[in-house]
Amino acid sequence: MSEVETRYPETEQEVARIVADAFAAGLPIEVRGGGTRKGFGRPVQAASALSVAKLSGITNYDPSELVMAARAGTSVAEVEAALAVNNQMLTFEPIDHRPLLGAEGEPTIGGVFAGNISGPRRILAGAARDSLLGVRFVNGTGEIVKSGGRVMKNVTGLDLVKLLAGSWGTLGVLSEVIFKVLPRPETTLSVAVAGLNDAQAAEAMAAALAMSVEVSGAAHLPESVVHKFADVGVRGSAATVLRLEGLEPSVEVRRARLIAEMSRRGEVTVVEHQPSLQLWREIRDVVPFADGTMKPVWRVSVAPSQGHQLVAALRLKTGVDAFYDWQGGLVWLRMEADPEADLVRRYIKALGGGHATLVRADAETRTSVPVFEPQSGPLLALSGRIKDQFDPGGILNPGRMTAAV
Amino acid sequence: MSELIAFLEADKTVISRRPAIIADLAKLLPEACLITEERALVPFDTDAFVSYRRMPLAVVLPETTAQVAAVLKYCNDNSIPVIPRGAGTSLSGGAIPQEDAIVIGVSKMNRILEVDYPNRAAVVQAGVTNISISQAVEADGFFYAPDPSSQLACTIGGNIGMNSGGAHCLKYGVTTNNLMGVKMVMFDGSIVDIGGRALDSAGYDLLGLICGSEGQLGIVTEATVRLIAKPEGARPVLFGFDNSVAAGACVTDVIGSGIIPVAIEYMDKPAIEICEAFAKAGYPMDVEALLIVEVEGSDAEMDAMLERIIEIARRHGVKTIKESQSATEAALIWKGRKSAFGATGRIADYICMDGTVPLGQLSHVLQKTSEIIDHYGLRVANVFHAGDGNMHPLILFDANDPEESLKAEKAGNDILRLCVDVGGCLTGEHGVGIEKRDLMRHQYSDADLAQQMRVRGAFDPQWILNPSKVFPLDGRNGSQPGNQSAATDTRTAA
Repeated sequence: MSEVETRYPETEQEVARIVADAFAAGLPIEVRGGGTRKGFGRPVQAASALSVAKLSGITNYDPSELVMAARAGTSVAEVEAALAVNNQMLTFEPIDHRPLLGAEGEPTIGGVFAGNISGPRRILAGAARDSLLGVRFVNGTGEIVKSGGRVMKNVTGLDLVKLLAGSWGTLGVLSEVIFKVLPRPETTLSVAVAGLNDAQAAEAMAAALAMSVEVSGAAHLPESVVHKFADVGVRGSAATVLRLEGLEPSVEVRRARLIAEMSRRGEVTVVEHQPSLQLWREIRDVVPFADGTMKPVWRVSVAPSQGHQLVAALRLKTGVDAFYDWQGGLVWLRMEADPEADLVRRYIKALGGGHATLVRADAETRTSVPVFEPQSGPLLALSGRIKDQFDPGGILNPGRMTAAV
Repeated sequence: MSELIAFLEADKTVISRRPAIIADLAKLLPEACLITEERALVPFDTDAFVSYRRMPLAVVLPETTAQVAAVLKYCNDNSIPVIPRGAGTSLSGGAIPQEDAIVIGVSKMNRILEVDYPNRAAVVQAGVTNISISQAVEADGFFYAPDPSSQLACTIGGNIGMNSGGAHCLKYGVTTNNLMGVKMVMFDGSIVDIGGRALDSAGYDLLGLICGSEGQLGIVTEATVRLIAKPEGARPVLFGFDNSVAAGACVTDVIGSGIIPVAIEYMDKPAIEICEAFAKAGYPMDVEALLIVEVEGSDAEMDAMLERIIEIARRHGVKTIKESQSATEAALIWKGRKSAFGATGRIADYICMDGTVPLGQLSHVLQKTSEIIDHYGLRVANVFHAGDGNMHPLILFDANDPEESLKAEKAGNDILRLCVDVGGCLTGEHGVGIEKRDLMRHQYSDADLAQQMRVRGAFDPQWILNPSKVFPLDGRNGSQPGNQSAATDTRTAA
């Protein structure tokens, strides 16, 4: 696909004008932030592109209110740097997709919310959509619309904020996002259990999450991937890692309780503060599969107790490598050759449901294989009706999520 | 009393067809699920926003999702308005019916269908009460986090409709952050399953949209909710201050320090007096402002957190610090707080506001609130969730005095406008209902509201679901389907 002309509006009004003109002319637009996740989703066929990368800057941040507002094109790096000065952070640990996709550029905060990009802490602190309090966006006719606000609790009217999160620019062009932030934990560490198989690991993680120790990350790294991580504290066998965060005295107490429980399941080591930070960054960014290839990578979301069963079933049929986050409910799959979309999705359905997204594949595959889980029946019709209410001309990122929207 | 808030004008042709409609409904449901006698309909004529009452055409209390679907399809085919109802505890009038409407209540669908500990989820019917979920899983060390004050009575279906919060959502979030999936009946009787036990779902976030949609997008009949491991212990501590500014500043500093307690509740002197008289919770009576700060965890964890919180409170000149010494004392402290609305109801009529403001504005808004109340010559008790800025001024008045009733409504509206003007919103957890509907334009532009209304229309093309609520009646675009009855009814009730 040849590069199309890209415009870089610097104000919300400019965005509105560009979209209004495109709507009047019936010309589709590819909507972009930093473009680092361009390789994710169906390739968009559009006459021109609109990047919000120059619509940037933090617009409101009072650390004592735990809320930040920023224009959509503000880089994640700028947001995180400003938060770090005040010892705060984004709770949902957005994934940096660049290593996995081999992409360049700067991820933007708008892009993070448009893709609802959530990392390991999702099991405790919620997804990106749970942190998003308010949005301003330009809908597909060029109107500027706001929803939500800058307060933590808000049930005033329909929650369009949630709808925009994860809509990949198909409902509106985000111009500003307002989100909750949290103090950084004073300390963190991980408890690693060695040598569990995938099924034992699922049980161990469920047991850890059933304890009142507030595990903020629960991942299982099978033997085939464990050597790809810098420091797991475990060598030569699978590692099941459980993260604790918080005030020092509190983490001390919880660490002892967690170790007591996990020691019954396997040999336990502790990954201390700095190496633990590094380990979870690598889990977050899918480092084992950031291999410089275009081998297909799936992101599968299922009930946590089902993840390992899916992988076991797939292994009997095809070449696949896997590791688990979110207590086993987030499965990263790297296929040896073919994406095997039908097989993956059929097994997910048989195991009680969930969905699979083809995060990495060459453009040709992404056009022929549904990247996002196909919907059917009343939900498909409903999604189409919702799309029409935001973008009646079908000009915003046409085809990005499915052939229909 | 005279009424400030209008309802949509009842459709006389629907009302004239009442006998035929009742006969049709009788074919769709068992006899015990259909209520049509006037005396039996009275309990359904309002909710906890008792200033407004309307008798519905009929009430149905289905026992299954299929029955809900049959009734909803019938109503849609015949253009009959539908009012979904949980326990009827809405403080914003979200469940108040209208004369041409069928109430669909979910109270008979009150079973917990499945508890799944490995996936920390429970599947429940919509009529299950909020507290019964926590009660069912308590012995196994789990709980369901959102805890509205009405949790003994309110249903999970109603909680989803209003995206309910509670005192403990500072740490655990509100309903939308604890809801994993729903089974919902659409306007045409089709049944959809959205979400489930995976942590996210495919496509648009319909679950997030449905949560807090005030019964206007469909009728939820089942929900999958998040269960959380119950902390080892919890300890509420009382901090008394000489003035509201010091208490407000203490809240901001605690939050900013890196400690997120489970709850930070605020009470002013009138609220302390009312609650103490009712609950005998041992609240200090010689302070102007009281914070209830709750921490949880093991004893060592709680000690460590409290040590830091106490240090911050001392910096703000705290006058009294009282730690609960036993589970009984802790329960009493919460009983006092959670009975605030009921206890206030014993001494006066009241309306409860629900605006949320940015934390930095708390002191300013408290000050302005008292000026507004003075202006109208009324009294107010403030009791609210300070940690997340969700204010609950209770405006006291005498409902038998029509002039005072109107003043109370006007004062409430002034306070909500103030909340929006300082960067907050009209409602944090009670919903818009009819109560705040006509203030929506103060928070949203026409384009904002039109976008919301278009989305609403995508779920309910005829606007039969809870039609008098949320969106201002006069701003509804005449070209939109279902708005033929948008002429407003401004009668004065008896």
